[in-house]
This record gives sequence, structure tokens and C-alpha cells, in this order.
Amino acid sequence: MSSPIKSEPFVINVGPQHPSTHGVFRLKVTVDGEKVVDAEMIIGYLHRSMEKLAEERTYTQNIPFTDRTDYLSSMSNNLGYCLAVEKLAGIEVPERGQAIRVIMAELQRLASHCMAVGAFVNDTGAWQTPIMWLLRERERILDLFEMTCGARLTCNYMRIGGVAFDLPKDFVPQARKLIRDMPGFIDEVEGLLSENEIFVARSRDIAVIPPELAINASLTGPMLRGSGIAWDIRKADPYCGYEKYDFAIPIGYRGDAYDRFIVRLEEMRQSVRILEQALDGLPGGPHSTQVPLALRPPAGEAYARVEGPRGELGYYVVSDEGPSPFRFHIRPPSLINLSVLKEMTVGGTVADAIVALGSVDIVVGEIDR
Amino acid sequence: MTTSFLATDNWWDLRDLSNLSGAILDALDKIAPQGVVYVAAPIIGFIGAFALFTLLSQLFIGVLGERKIIGRIQSRYGPNRVGPYGVLQPIADVLKLLTKEALTPSTADRLIMYSAPVVFVMPAILVWAVIPFGPNMIIADIPISLVYYLAVTSIPVLVTFMAGWSQDNKYSLFGSMRVVAMAISYEVPLVVSLLAIVVLTETLSLKEMVLWQDTYNIWLLLVQPLVLIIFFICASAELNRTPTDIAEAESEIVAGYLTEYSGMKWGLFYGMDIGYALAASAFAATVFFGGWTLFGLEEWVPPWIIFILKVWAFYFLFIWTRGTLPRLRIDQLMAFSWKYMLPIALVNLLVVCTERILWTDAFDGDKPFVYLFAIVNIALAIALVVGWARFVGYRPERTPSRPRLVREAGGYIPVSSVSGEGR
Repeated sequence: MSSPIKSEPFVINVGPQHPSTHGVFRLKVTVDGEKVVDAEMIIGYLHRSMEKLAEERTYTQNIPFTDRTDYLSSMSNNLGYCLAVEKLAGIEVPERGQAIRVIMAELQRLASHCMAVGAFVNDTGAWQTPIMWLLRERERILDLFEMTCGARLTCNYMRIGGVAFDLPKDFVPQARKLIRDMPGFIDEVEGLLSENEIFVARSRDIAVIPPELAINASLTGPMLRGSGIAWDIRKADPYCGYEKYDFAIPIGYRGDAYDRFIVRLEEMRQSVRILEQALDGLPGGPHSTQVPLALRPPAGEAYARVEGPRGELGYYVVSDEGPSPFRFHIRPPSLINLSVLKEMTVGGTVADAIVALGSVDIVVGEIDR
Repeated sequence: MTTSFLATDNWWDLRDLSNLSGAILDALDKIAPQGVVYVAAPIIGFIGAFALFTLLSQLFIGVLGERKIIGRIQSRYGPNRVGPYGVLQPIADVLKLLTKEALTPSTADRLIMYSAPVVFVMPAILVWAVIPFGPNMIIADIPISLVYYLAVTSIPVLVTFMAGWSQDNKYSLFGSMRVVAMAISYEVPLVVSLLAIVVLTETLSLKEMVLWQDTYNIWLLLVQPLVLIIFFICASAELNRTPTDIAEAESEIVAGYLTEYSGMKWGLFYGMDIGYALAASAFAATVFFGGWTLFGLEEWVPPWIIFILKVWAFYFLFIWTRGTLPRLRIDQLMAFSWKYMLPIALVNLLVVCTERILWTDAFDGDKPFVYLFAIVNIALAIALVVGWARFVGYRPERTPSRPRLVREAGGYIPVSSVSGEGR
């Protein structure tokens, strides 16, 4: 049946300045009424040429760069880079250093997931309440970071061979207090959202990623686990002694936005479990090995990966025996997770496109580097 | 129907402010030429109802109270810098908006864009004409005030379309198209459900409805709980309050039809949105919560104070939902209106008509039967809300709210092979 009224698709720009792009990211959406017929993402507004800049600096000087790629999980980024350089130079990290790294990485995962869940729920239209609750708890984690290394966001805490400083005296009691409160707090958020009919209606069966697509697009992190694929670098390729800790991998059912949300919440619970074990079994001894300041690793290449809050965070470092890396490359999980955005958004409505974008949990600093 | 109201006719008796306005008008009638009274009466009503009550409520309940309460909901303080406890914050907001430049896009339709806020304000003032603040405190005591209320409060839909279309902005157009589509769908269940009230009370006048509730000593909230629920949802939708604020959905279309408005032009929209929400609260307080009556207390406390407190209490519901709920998608909203609320409203209307006929013909209008109807209708409301949801395919237990947990990394695990913690 042909309608006498013709409608033409038109283009609206979501971003670069838009409340729900979480940074300077632009999504060019072609819509036919409310329905999205095409989506094109335009990135590069935040490009700072980090990979090239890193070739001009020494190995230690590059650590602050990694803070500034994914500024919501600087600890994980520090860790990935340090692991890559340690692998290249063959440096062993003392046990206490490894345990502190695990503690920091898990605290960072909690902080990052707080932000991810809050921003996602904000995108579904909740008027700031969940994000405010989550930011309140995130503050306490950032306070712990500040206590340890003086910085809250761009921590620059990990060093090649260990961590920069030992834990302060107050840290362990404060961290214990935090992880004691955390499960109840996650229950609170779950009570507000998980069975909220409107929230479920907005995210259930929205932006579905089938498992085949998730694997083909090499998605990682909660995006992959939401689709029902049990994959976690901490289990599959353990680093920093993760094989010693007892935790589970949460996986979703259908690969929709709601699954990614519940997977993130459950990961927060599992992080609390890891933190409990790590704090209980915190070994003594040095927190770092002595590494020469002008480190010149033997010629070669190394790729180290960690399970960052957003997925597989890989660092690839090539050495030519010089004081700075010959090549420095980051595998940013946000960028690769974002590659399925078109598949997720086309066919849905504009409101679904925003939910899909929110469920990816992007950090634009990491996408553009 | 009579009212047990003890206020005297003296002009200084503040329990009934209409004495004061009547005295002023009488004095004016003696000194001024004929006809002045007809102009003066609505002006006095306007000053009384709008300037003294609505404007102050908008500023201190709508702006300040909402920000304070939502602040508490979100575990933060809310405004607390301007004046003690931040009470002067709304004044500061208004001053800031007044001094701000009101930008107009060069491609905008200037006439329509300028007139939209003005047209938006007009019905927000007009609607107070029929709201009974007290037994005699009604600016226009017309017998069809319910119809008047419904007519006046549907004008803003036109204004949002004017605003959205005139700005030449895609986000605005999106917002106004949404609001037009939604508001028209939500008028239908609203009117059908209110029809049940009209059938039951046999009047279209808001004042008579208050007197009806006073006569039977029961609030219509208890006799018609379904209508209250439907009214609240429809009012939220027409007022663009969360969870139905799709017209100005911030995370999707920036500010919807208000995207290009700035300064006091935006301020008028914002302030009058609160005004409409207050009007809806006043309507609900009148129709469902007994208006100015409070089981005899109105003989001692000025009835208009009881009424205003009820309005504010109902307005808290709007604040509460705004601070709690996410937003629905437009197609879900439309489906909710047509598939869910309209059938329920129709069934409710059918039941109420049956009750009315039984009451008049079989029971001779005996007073106690209204309590029986209240019990029947509350049971019916629960059964309908739950049962119809099940009927249209709502199955919450099919949505597990906890993910499955596995111990080892591996490949894809089909849903059937690992039992998850469903809810």
C-alpha cells in the first residue's frame, strides 16, 4: 500500500556537543520519523597523538600518558603498560607489589563501573538519581586513590617493576570499610533499577549483539560477556597472580543492553570478593623492584593485556634497545566495542540508539588517544 | 447539598477570603461608575489566586522545593547558598533569567517563536478560574468547570508545537512531534476515566464534586482509585514530567522544543510547566482528595489553607516520580495509553455506570452503599491493573535480574546449559 504522504529521512547529529555522547564524539544518525535507518560515527575530536608522542619519551615517562587515555580507569591503564614493559625487559614484580596492583585494579573497576552504570541509566532518562548515588560511592574509592598516590583520577601510580609507593597505614582499614559497605550499596542500586519496569522496558531486547557478532567484532569485557560468552583475561590469561583469587565470570542471556547492565553490577560484586581476598592475604616485603631510571630493554616486542573495566586493554611495545619505545600501541577496548554501534542502532528508534551508545560505556579519550 | 461552614460574612473573617473581595467590590460599586466592578472582579481574583498563591507556589514549591527534595533523593543538599537554607534561590534564578540575552536563531519564524511563551502563559493563568479554593472562593463558579479545565489544559500542546516548529531546529521539531502525538493519545483515557467520576457524582462542576465528597464523608480517591492512577499518569504525560518527558528528553534530543529558547522566554516555559503541574495537583486535590474539606476541620482552619496544603502534598508526587523513574520510549508510551489505560478506563466506566444505575434504582440512593462501592472499586482496581497487565503479556519473572555465573573462561554458553539466578 502506497501512502500519499511521502516522508523523507533526515539527518540529525548526536554530538560532538550533546548531553549523552560522554565526550566529544559524534554520531550522525539518519532517521525516518523516529526510526534510525543509518548511523555513522565520526571520531577523532580528541586525538592527541599519544602513540607517536610516546616514542619520544623514556619508558617511565610514558606512564602518565596511559593515565590520560582512559581517564576513568587510569590504574588499569598503568598496569597494562607496566606489564608490557616488564615482559619486554624481563622484570619480576615482588609479591606485595602484585597484590597492591590487584587491589588498585579492582578498586578502579568498581569506580569505573559506578560511572558506567550511572551514565547508562542517565541515558535511559532517569533524572540524575542513580548516577548521583553511584558517584557518591565512587568518591570513596577516589579518596582511597588520593590517600595512596595523591591523585584521584590520573593516578600515575604503577611503576615498571611494581608500584610507586607502599600503601599508607590507613589504607587497609579504610578499604575494608569500603568493601564492607559496597555489597549493600550495590543491592540498593539493584533495588532501584534491576526490577524497575520502565528501566527494563527501555533496555531489555534493545541493542542486541548476538554471540557470533560479538566474537567476529572482537568485542571484549562486559559487551562480550553480556552476549553469553564466558571470557575474562583474568581467568584466561592470568596476570599479577589473579589465578590465586576465587571469583566468577558473570555472563548475560541475550546480549542486550539490560544484560550488559546486570553483568556490570555483578562484576562489581565479584570485584568486592577479589578485594576481600587480596586485603586478607596482603603479603609483606618490598612493593617494587629496583629498575634503572633510563631503562633500555633488549630489542624485541611484547604485548601485554589486562582485563580493564571496558574489556581487553592491550599494550604493545617494541624496543630497539633505545631509551624510549620504538613503537607504542594501545588496544583500546572502547574503540573496538564501539565498532558494532551501527549494528546495534539501525532499525531501532533514536531513543534506543542513545541507550545502545550508553551501554557500550565509551571513554572518548581512549577511542581517540 | 449543604456545607457546614461557620465563617461569618464580615470582611475581616479570613476563613473565607471572598468576604474581603466582596467588600472591596461593594465599596467600588458605590463610588465607581457602573461596569467597573465587572473589570475589577477578575483582577481581584487574578491577584488572589494567581499572584498570591500560584506564583509563590511556583517559585517556592515548584522551583525551590523540587530542587531541595530531589537533592535529598539524590543524597546531596540542593540549593543552599542564596539566603538562609537557599530560600532566595528562585528569586536569584528569575533575576538571572531576566538579565540574560534571549537569543533567536536567524532562520527562526520570529513571530511564532516570540508568541509561543506568551500563549503558553495564558492558559496557565486561565485554568485557576475554576479551581475552588473554598466554598465561595471561586473566580468563576461555572457549572461545567471540569470541561473548562480539560479544554484549557490542552492548549499547551498547540504551544509546544508552535515552539518546536518555529525554531527551525531538528531537535525541537522532534520534540514537538512527539508531544503532539503523545498528548492526543493521553487525552482519550484521561477523559474516559474522568467520565466515570462525572457519572458517579452526577455533576460537571468541581465545586459540586467537593460538596459530594463532603456529603458522603468519603474521598473520591477511595471510590475511584483507578481514575486517580490514570489521571496522574495522563497528567504527567501532558505536563512532560518524568517518566514521560519525551518532549524534552535531555539525553536524546537535548531540550526538545525548548532547545533554542533562552533567557526569560525559556523561563516562562519552565515556570508555567510548574504552573500546569500545580494546576493538575489542584484539580486532583479537588476531585480526589476532598478539595477544601477535611472531615470537619474546615470549620476551624481556613478551608483555603487546607486546600493549598493538599495541592502541595499532591505536587510532591510529581517531584517524587521525577526523582526516581527513568523515561519511557514514545512507542511504549503510546502502547501504554492505548493498550493498557484505555481498556482499563472503559471497564471502569462500565462498572461505575452499573453501580450508578443500581444505586439510584435499586437502593434508592442510600448513603452507605457508596462505601460498598468503594470496597468493590478498590478490589476491581487491583484486579484490573494486575490482570490486564498479565493479559497483554507482561511477565516479569521471565526477566532474570541476575546474570549467570561461570567459573572458567571459555566460549559461548547457551542460555539453557547453565542455570542462572532468575528472579
